[in-house]
Amino acid sequence: MIKFKNSEITPENIYKKRRSFIKSVGLGASTLAMSSIPFLNKSLASERDKLTSYKDITTYNNYYEFGTSKSDPYRNSQIFKTTPWDIAIEGEVEKPIKLSMEEISEMFISEERIYRLRCVEGWSMVIPWMGFSLSKLLSKVNPTNKAKFVEFESVYDPAQMKGQRYPVLNWPYNEGLRIDEAMHPLTTVVTGLYGKKLPNQNGAPLRIFIPWKYGFKSAKAIVKIKFVENMPTSSWMWASPREYGFYSNVNPNVDHPRWSQATERIIGEGVWAPRVKTLMFNGYGDEVASLYSGMDLKKNF
Amino acid sequence: MRRYSKTLVFFLSLWPIYVISYQIIFNQLGPEPVDRIINHFGEWTLIFILLTLSMTPLKQITKSVEWIKFRRMLGLFTFFYASIHMLSYVGLDYRFDFEPLINDVLKKKFIFIGFSAWLLLIPLAVTSSERMVILLKQNWKKIHRLIYIIGIFGVLHYIWLSKTIFFKPLIFLIILVILLLLRIKITRSASKI
Repeated sequence: MIKFKNSEITPENIYKKRRSFIKSVGLGASTLAMSSIPFLNKSLASERDKLTSYKDITTYNNYYEFGTSKSDPYRNSQIFKTTPWDIAIEGEVEKPIKLSMEEISEMFISEERIYRLRCVEGWSMVIPWMGFSLSKLLSKVNPTNKAKFVEFESVYDPAQMKGQRYPVLNWPYNEGLRIDEAMHPLTTVVTGLYGKKLPNQNGAPLRIFIPWKYGFKSAKAIVKIKFVENMPTSSWMWASPREYGFYSNVNPNVDHPRWSQATERIIGEGVWAPRVKTLMFNGYGDEVASLYSGMDLKKNF
Repeated sequence: MRRYSKTLVFFLSLWPIYVISYQIIFNQLGPEPVDRIINHFGEWTLIFILLTLSMTPLKQITKSVEWIKFRRMLGLFTFFYASIHMLSYVGLDYRFDFEPLINDVLKKKFIFIGFSAWLLLIPLAVTSSERMVILLKQNWKKIHRLIYIIGIFGVLHYIWLSKTIFFKPLIFLIILVILLLLRIKITRSASKI
């Protein structure tokens, strides 16, 4: 058990206590209320359950717009301006719309969603996001019958994002999902974490999070969501199609050319902590495996 | 002063050990401590390869043979840090679990080339003594030219393991290329004489 000093009372601790409360209540009301969050329903190794600290979540990031080292996003994103911010939903839709961040936070209530994050580099975190299902946002438009995929475009602002001044990736950052993946209830629009506003280094003001895919699929600082007919080429696919597939589902059986995906290291554990086995679909197989039935996931990696 | 320069370089070369010891003692290794240790020694191995390779060009440029006396020590430090780098990967990260390790070496080209570079360092370390220089005569020079290949392998190892070449791998590559080009120039001007 983790013990807390009085001086350390922060939202993080409250979260952790709340989590142990939920566990002790068992089939209490709060558990039922959260039963849509698969993470809580799984009995996994205790390290896997433990929330990653706020500090680690917000200082150890891959966000190449702000620099390629893990500490760069925290260091270089503090003065990044996220107001005003508009998100356009367009492409193969009957009537494209543009929503401001204010409108979005009025329209949708963000709830706590605790998901594991598995990075393609072989490490993982457990993050208490604040957000809502992307399907709710997408339901604001009517896609045409041509629409097959959803494309996400992140902000392009080299004046504020110094990483974009170099051809590290094909800017702006681009990601995509099949429509059924985008509409899946686990696919989340994230607006905060640990009960706080989303920090800039984690993709403020608005990002997506897809718990069963490697972290890079979850685009940050989104300005445009586009319905399209053909499979989009994401920035990472463009950089190295052999290494990064469109689906990029967490899969311990398909190795990345550079990292073994069979195991992962849990962030925040000590030097002597062993690697743990990576779970198929990052442990969300019960919810999402049916999306890929009949597909060869070795080919469609 | 000159008499103590070797001792000074020796203690300066232990810098990576001081840094990592400080970070371990004061809990500064960050969220991914194992990764941090592996990368720390990997990077310092590359730095020491480049330092070792700088001594001959420095001799030419400054027209002072002083530099050459550090070359062996720097080379041995390269082997020392490369060995810690590999051991921390094998021991700390994979806990001597050889099945996934062998799999890694065979399947992942960056590990294959990194491991090869370490293997190639062994004959250089073994034949580094004065006695070996005398014993091997002309062959000694030939064997020790392996350092060029090791340097190339080391930098390739870094480029291949990084998600992008920006910026550290690129910097190492540029310095290595400069150091190797300087040698072509040196041998050319030497052959003219």
